Amino acid sequence: MAAQSGSTGQEAHVTFTRVQKTYDGETLIVRDLNLEIRRGEFLTLLGPSGSGKTTCLMMLAGFETPTSGEIRVGGTVINKVPPHRRNIGMVFQNYALFPHMTVAENLRFPLSVRKLPAADIDAKVKRALVMVRLEAFGNRYPQQLSGGQQQRIALARALVFEPELVLMDEPLGALDKQLREHMQIEIKHLHDSLGITFVFVTHDQGEALTMSDRIAVFDRGEIQQIDSAECLYEEPANAFVAGFIGESNTLQGTLLERNGDACAIRLPSGAVVQARAADVGAVGSSAVVSVRPERIVLNGASAGCENRFSAKVKELIYQGDHVRVQLDLGNQSSLMVKAPISQLSHELRPEQPIEVGIPAAHLRALAPTPSA
Amino acid sequence: MTATTLTAPAAAAPPAERTLPLKTRLQRAERRKKLLHLALIAPLAVFLLLTFLWPIGALLKRSVDNPEVVGGLPATAAALAHWNGQGLPPASALAIFVKEMEGARGSTELASAAKRLNTEMTGYRSLIMKTARSLPLPDGSNLQEGLAAIDPRWSETRTWQVMARAGQPYTSYYLLAALDHAVDADGAIVAATEDQAIYLDVLGRTFWMSLVVTLCCLVLGFPLAYLLTSLPTRSSNLLMILVLLPFWTSILVRVASWIVLLQSGGLVNQALQALGLIDEPLQLVFNRLGVYIAMTHILLPFMILPLYSVMKGISPIYLRAAQSLGCPPFQSFWKVYFPQTLPGVFAGSLLVFILSMGYYITPALLGGPQEQMASYFIAFYTNETINWGMAAALSTVLLGATLLLYVVYSRYAGQGRNATKAR
Repeated sequence: MAAQSGSTGQEAHVTFTRVQKTYDGETLIVRDLNLEIRRGEFLTLLGPSGSGKTTCLMMLAGFETPTSGEIRVGGTVINKVPPHRRNIGMVFQNYALFPHMTVAENLRFPLSVRKLPAADIDAKVKRALVMVRLEAFGNRYPQQLSGGQQQRIALARALVFEPELVLMDEPLGALDKQLREHMQIEIKHLHDSLGITFVFVTHDQGEALTMSDRIAVFDRGEIQQIDSAECLYEEPANAFVAGFIGESNTLQGTLLERNGDACAIRLPSGAVVQARAADVGAVGSSAVVSVRPERIVLNGASAGCENRFSAKVKELIYQGDHVRVQLDLGNQSSLMVKAPISQLSHELRPEQPIEVGIPAAHLRALAPTPSA
Repeated sequence: MTATTLTAPAAAAPPAERTLPLKTRLQRAERRKKLLHLALIAPLAVFLLLTFLWPIGALLKRSVDNPEVVGGLPATAAALAHWNGQGLPPASALAIFVKEMEGARGSTELASAAKRLNTEMTGYRSLIMKTARSLPLPDGSNLQEGLAAIDPRWSETRTWQVMARAGQPYTSYYLLAALDHAVDADGAIVAATEDQAIYLDVLGRTFWMSLVVTLCCLVLGFPLAYLLTSLPTRSSNLLMILVLLPFWTSILVRVASWIVLLQSGGLVNQALQALGLIDEPLQLVFNRLGVYIAMTHILLPFMILPLYSVMKGISPIYLRAAQSLGCPPFQSFWKVYFPQTLPGVFAGSLLVFILSMGYYITPALLGGPQEQMASYFIAFYTNETINWGMAAALSTVLLGATLLLYVVYSRYAGQGRNATKAR
């Protein structure tokens, strides 16, 4: 399931051009942001805390001004437009529902500010409450609602004035796991049915993978990769993305030779592995190879693999649907393998020698992250 | 009953306990804890009772206390209590009166009784003194005629009615006087004559001045409290120290410095003249303006602190949310932020208003006669005329007004709390 280009237009809705942001004049929170958000897509800004994703969202909402660069919405530069004229819906981390107003008053607020006729307001508020299935709760105060209900009201309030663009700043962070997963699906369905542009900020990669058409991975003020969930997972552009999205095994090495898409890497143990060149420098420079735990094959199945190792089982962790196997490759390097329960032979024991295979197609050679 | 439970054999206790309602069992379990808590607050409770509640109660009692005539002429007061108030008192009562007057001649008790009677009817003091001097009556003479011979007023019903009324152990005289009312000769409550009716004016003035000071504090304190919450911690701490600074200076020193600053040759006037803004010094002190300035300055922290504590709990995210919903910044502040600060506004205003109502030293030193508030008159009656009844009555009225205000406030605040529904 590649990027759902069926519902997503290719027309740019929001563009960030060479945007920089600094708070103290010394460190750049956002280094050099060039980002195109397509009309109608669900874009997630994903990254560790301090990576600049929230700053990026706040600049789009108008609460922060870019130090340099340009932000356009629908072709117009909005750098100097104050937040209340941007017509952008926003859901905040702790919902920010006004505690002195009832749920219905909260929903009326953006409409009465826009001086809509009273009958229109009533109709829209009612529709919004139906949309989030909280028709009966209009007269309650926000504190009388559960976390999930407050979340839905916040969502309804951001949508009730029919903005073209909705921003969400880690809106599910305060919910427990089960409710969070439920709300992810609900928000995704809402997006599908409304067809407006959603920009969602989170540090939870599971959330990003579940909901997004595209994900922009942030680190140190820059976008490391922007792609669909599948591409990010299967073809990470660099070592940071490989490490940040999902689990992966990385081994250090040096680039021995390169032949188009394919390359060979020498590991410290002297072994040479065949890998796909994704993001490598010149021959002789250091590189890391990265492979997803579920792509590693064990024992007999490894016969056809380009890269084969002998290893020793260090530890087995039973996880219900799969078993995590820690392997010792010697030389202080280890691999973690996720083996489906159905494919695992029962006689696997710690300290047992085992054959390991890594298909070259799933072993990606990348430049090491600067700090690593 | 408790005794039986306690002495009951241990073996019988458990089933009996199990049959007790859950509430009773809980109460028993909590009893020890409650007793401990009571023991801990007992010293404070005793202290408050002895140094606060009891003296205040005693003082308030003075506003209805009427000890002078009962003390000076006890037997007469008792005898007149049975008189129906028509015509003249019976001869037996007159005999008691004459006998008692003879005995009390020259005593301080009689003097204070005379003074008290004089407050009810002008000229009563000299009447009593004259009568006491002229007694005893010649032997065998008619009491009624004899008294009338000393002074014809003794044959007037009103003279005796006044004494009968003043001879009651409790009186509404002071409280009514504090509200510019009095009891006339017929016992009806009427408005006081114009030259005596000053207290309602004083109370009105006290209310009005307190209100102005409260509003000034609110207008000046609100932006400052908001600034305190929005500044970074370092600068807000520094600012907070400046806000609290007035607390660490004696109120007299502060009032004196205001006089220095505001007098006609003072710093403020000099500066304004040097700037060419005014030609003649402004009258800034010893009038109402001076009192307002100084009281606002002194009471400002009491407004800022409650406001600050409420504002600190309001997330600035609400303002952002309002703006993201299309509301311009000032309107967002007014519609979303301000309503949430109302508990602080009310708490601060109530505090400042109640404190202002009892202000004495600042108006006394910085104001003219037209700025004196109720406390001044209370002090005047306690210190200068030693009229405890009047002082207590004015205190009672002031306390009553304050309590009334508090009840209104707590009812409103209670509603507000229900509206925003506590978590």
